[in-house]
Amino acid sequence: MNDLSASLALAGDLVAAGDAKLAAIVWLSLKVSLSATALSCVLGMPLGALLSVGRFPGRRPLIVLFNGLMGLPPVVVGLLVYLLLSRAGPLGQFGLLFTPSAMIIAQTVLITPIIAALTRQVIEDEWREYREQLRSLGASRARAGRTLLWNARFSLTTAGLAGFGRAVAEVGAVMIVGGNIDGVTRVMTTTIALETSKGDLPLALALGAILIAVVLIINAGAYLLRQWAERRWG
Amino acid sequence: MACWLELQGLGLTEGAVRILADVDLKLGAGRTALLGPNGAGKSTLLRLMHGLLHPSAGRIVWSQPLTQAMVFQRPIMLRASVLANIEYGLDLRGVPAADRHVRARTALERVGLPELAGRQARKLSGGEQQRVALARAWALEPQVLFLDEPTASLDPASSREVERIIREIAAGGTKIVMTTHNLGQAHRIAEEVVYLEEGRLLEQTPADEFFGQPRTSAARNFIHDERY
Repeated sequence: MNDLSASLALAGDLVAAGDAKLAAIVWLSLKVSLSATALSCVLGMPLGALLSVGRFPGRRPLIVLFNGLMGLPPVVVGLLVYLLLSRAGPLGQFGLLFTPSAMIIAQTVLITPIIAALTRQVIEDEWREYREQLRSLGASRARAGRTLLWNARFSLTTAGLAGFGRAVAEVGAVMIVGGNIDGVTRVMTTTIALETSKGDLPLALALGAILIAVVLIINAGAYLLRQWAERRWG
Repeated sequence: MACWLELQGLGLTEGAVRILADVDLKLGAGRTALLGPNGAGKSTLLRLMHGLLHPSAGRIVWSQPLTQAMVFQRPIMLRASVLANIEYGLDLRGVPAADRHVRARTALERVGLPELAGRQARKLSGGEQQRVALARAWALEPQVLFLDEPTASLDPASSREVERIIREIAAGGTKIVMTTHNLGQAHRIAEEVVYLEEGRLLEQTPADEFFGQPRTSAARNFIHDERY
C-alpha cells in the first residue's frame, strides 16, 4: 500500500514537472495513434459506406468478415505486419521495421475493420431512412454513399473514436513492430509494460494516468460535439 | 386526353404476398388521385410508376420520356440548410452551380418559405419540411410529380397550404399523380380517380362522376365509410 501511494506521489511529480522523457513518450503515442486513426477513417469509412449502400457479390460475407475482424488480437496483427516489413518480407526493402511508421501501419491494420464495421452500421440506418428519397432524386449508389457519409458525420465520430481508443490502448502490435526502442519507438503502453516488469512503478503509473486522461478527454470532446451537432442540425 | 403512361398487366409479388395484380391503366389526365383503403396497393403503384420498385409482372410504357419527381408522406431532409437541401436535388440533375442557387430560391419563394432558406431543414416543423420537400421537387421542374399521402401527417392549416402548392405546380403544366386518404382533397385536386382495392384496380372514373356516382359498389362503400 505504501509502495502504491509513494509511486502515485512520484507519478504526480513527474507529470507536474513536465518531464521531457515522459512528454516525448506521450507525444509519440498520440502521433502514432492519431495518424493510424486518420488513415483508418480515410480507408474504413468509404469501405463501410460501400458495404451498406453497395450491391455486389460477396457483400454479406464481407460484412461478416469485417465484424469478425473488429476483434483482431493486436499481437497477431503485430506479427503479420512484422512479417511483411521484416527484411525478408515483401515490404522489407523500405526498412520500416522498428520505426513509428511501422507502428502506424500496424495500428491502421488493427482498427480499419473497426471503423469500417461501425460505419457500415451507421450508414445502413441512414440508407434505410434516405434510400427512396435519394433514389427518387436520381442519386447513384456511389453518390448516395458519399452524401450519407457527410450526412452522418457526427454519428461517425463515434466510429473514429472507437478506433482511436483501441489504437492508443493496445500494446501487442506496437511492441512487436516498433520494438520499444528508447527515444524512438517507445509509446505509453509499451513503456508501462516495460517499467512495470522492471519495477519502476512511478513512471508506469504516471503514463497510465495520462493514458486514461487522454482517452477520457477525447471522448468527452466527441460527446460534446455530438450534442452540439444534434441541437444545431437535428 | 392523350395517354402519357400505360400500365399493362402490372403485378408485384413479394415472397408469397401479392401486392398488386393485373393492373391495366392508361393515364391521360393531368391530375389523378389513387384512392382505396389501407393496403390497397396505392403507394406501391406510385413507386412502380416512379421506378423505385420493379414490377414482377407486366410493363410500364411511357409514351415519351418525362422527367419525374416524388414527394413522400414523411419529408426526408439532409442535415443541411433548407436551401442546400433544394440545391442538392438540382445538383444531382446536373444543374450548374450558378443556376442552382437561383432556382432553389425561386422554389422556396413559391412555397412561401423564403425566410427559412438558411435554417437547418431537420429542425423545421413537419408542415414546413413538407413544403420544403415540395420546393425541392418543384425546383426540378418535373413533367410528372408523384405524391404519396403528402398531407397525411399534417395539421389542417399545413394541409391547405400543401394543397395550394400542389394545385399551383399542376397549373404550371406538371402532371400530378397522388395518393390520399382525404376524399375532399382528392375531389379538390383530381380530374380523375383511380380506385384500388386489395391490389386490384377496380375503376378509373372522372372525379366528378366518382364522387357523385361511383361505378363499383366497392368504391361506393369506401366513399360512404370515409364520409361517415
